[in-house]
Amino acid sequence: MKFDVRIGTLTRQIEIQRSGPNQFAVVSDDRTHLDTKIDDTKIDAVEVAPNTYSILVNGRAFEAIVVPAAEGVLVRCAGREFHAIVSDPRAWRGGRGPLFGAEGKQKVTAPMPGKVVRVLVSAGDTVEANQGLVVVEAMKMQNEIRAPKAGTIERIFISEGQAVAAGDALVTIN
Amino acid sequence: MFKKLLIANRGEIAVRILRACRDLGVAGVALYSEVDRTALHVRMADEAYAIGPAPSRESYLRIDKLMEVARRSGCDALHPGYGFLAENPELPRACANAGITFVGPPAGAMERLGAKTAARELAFRAGVPMVPGVREPIPQLEAARRIADEIGYPVLLKAVAGGGGKGMRVVSGAHELASAWRDAASEALNAFGDERVYIEKYLDRPRHIEMQIFADAHGNVVYLGERECSVQRRHQKVIEEAPSPFMTPELRRAMGEAAVRLAREAGYTNAGTAEFLVDANRNFYFLEVNTRLQVEHPVTEAVTGLDLVELQLRVAAGEQRPIKQQDVTLHGHAMECRIYAEDPENHFFPSPGKIISWRPPHGPGIRLDEGVYSGWTVPGDYDPLLAKLIASGGSRVEVIARLQRALSEFQITGIRTNTLLFEKILADPDFQKGAIHTRWLDERLASLLPARVSHADSPSEALEIKVAMIAAALWHLGQSKSANEQPAPSGSRWRDDGRHEQISRTPDR
Repeated sequence: MKFDVRIGTLTRQIEIQRSGPNQFAVVSDDRTHLDTKIDDTKIDAVEVAPNTYSILVNGRAFEAIVVPAAEGVLVRCAGREFHAIVSDPRAWRGGRGPLFGAEGKQKVTAPMPGKVVRVLVSAGDTVEANQGLVVVEAMKMQNEIRAPKAGTIERIFISEGQAVAAGDALVTIN
Repeated sequence: MFKKLLIANRGEIAVRILRACRDLGVAGVALYSEVDRTALHVRMADEAYAIGPAPSRESYLRIDKLMEVARRSGCDALHPGYGFLAENPELPRACANAGITFVGPPAGAMERLGAKTAARELAFRAGVPMVPGVREPIPQLEAARRIADEIGYPVLLKAVAGGGGKGMRVVSGAHELASAWRDAASEALNAFGDERVYIEKYLDRPRHIEMQIFADAHGNVVYLGERECSVQRRHQKVIEEAPSPFMTPELRRAMGEAAVRLAREAGYTNAGTAEFLVDANRNFYFLEVNTRLQVEHPVTEAVTGLDLVELQLRVAAGEQRPIKQQDVTLHGHAMECRIYAEDPENHFFPSPGKIISWRPPHGPGIRLDEGVYSGWTVPGDYDPLLAKLIASGGSRVEVIARLQRALSEFQITGIRTNTLLFEKILADPDFQKGAIHTRWLDERLASLLPARVSHADSPSEALEIKVAMIAAALWHLGQSKSANEQPAPSGSRWRDDGRHEQISRTPDR
């Protein structure tokens, strides 16, 4: 199966073939000389635990952990973190772009489950970018959710004391 | 020694206390709220009893329910851990009324030292130097304005019942006072059930160094050396170590003796910690006393060779002089990282949820005090502390190397944690030199937060990028495979959130 994977400015096609129950052989398209010294026929990858991969490249051993992010995934490997966007020709999610950009209407959502302890704005208010909008308490900490852009508060979906789940809409800014 | 101990807490500290129970042959009784039925402390306990719904005010903070469990299960002692009711004098009082030994100081000493304003009054009498500020809670905002003007900005608002950085706000000017006052009071009310706040002068770049004390019920008080906790984020300790790299034998003796004077003046018993700020000239200023076991007690255990929870139980059981000052010697170095369920890259937002995999580090000099396990769902109702990773060794350099090794082995999936941030802190040259102060991390944070890699600067980086791409593709393969096989429910928060977004976006399009 083939995937286009993008990390920052680099995009590569990675082809994966199953070679065992949790084991895979990896082929990638390296015409762009990302890593000319790598012999692609000798990459062996095994899922050793959920979302955890042991990857051997010509004997060099790596462990990589993958965590889903708002867009794409975060890969932790060799003491660093990489933000990767994967598109797969057959993906259920393929091709979906951001619904709202920095221009136009933007929905602000709860980044984690918690309880709304304060709503700092009202519908119709003008807000600056980075201004506090809503305070959500989770794990005993009060977390201020800030405006991603300047604009006018169009709608408020929540009220003080209300429980919210991760991803619930808090307000829209236009 | 006691026969059965009620552990009035949850998470890693409940597990820590249960381990001491096992070592001493004491039965351990756990408590749990509705969301903690499968928590590690419940699984490890000899007995466990439900005490109500998730919100701590309806469960872990209910003294009446604790006492009922203690009576029903026949406990002869209660350990409060830290947080929750650990510094509430009503708990030792309720224990005394029920004929149960409280593992901690008597209610009176707790009141004299625990309320931060009362402790300042007592330190004043014991001749212990203090940060300028008030010695009583401030009744309203107007009084706070007047006092802050007198002391001069920046000032620090602090909860009278506070701890762990909660109910605390730095105020840099008069215009910030009203909102800081409101936030500090409401956070304090939520965390401690007490909204009273007081004011101190905010010192510039001090170090946070604290002294561990132990007092038996027969008037013997010793100090077990210091811990430095200067690496803090918004007044919340992040890394603690013993000894302090800034310490001298003279300063240790002066601070230790000041802490012992405070304990004597207060009629204190059991474990306690006197916290101080220390300036660049090695002047020390009393901050507050924590009348309980500290989160960071393992670093003291590592350098003294003592088990502080065991000592607490022996002192509470009436044992005389379990330790003498001349027997307290410090060996080597130890350092602790607090592993939190939080996302340093996204404003440190909490990250509760299911732990999909948990591979803890091991090896020489490594200790892990954990409160969670693989497959458990970390509830969003409590503190985000998952575990404490402690390294010990002969020198600070060796300890840092061991911690770095352990952090690189520590693999947690499913939720976000701060392990990568620790790797960055430990690799920082200032940190390695011990050139730290209480605002160091807040000032450094932006440059320490791990930058996500966007292009390859070297061949080795190119290889790492390649490996990361392969891992991302493998993960994606697994996701699309499980999506095809079982389309309805999924274990992927990403996909669930994605769907959720789609649904919740519909109305306003």
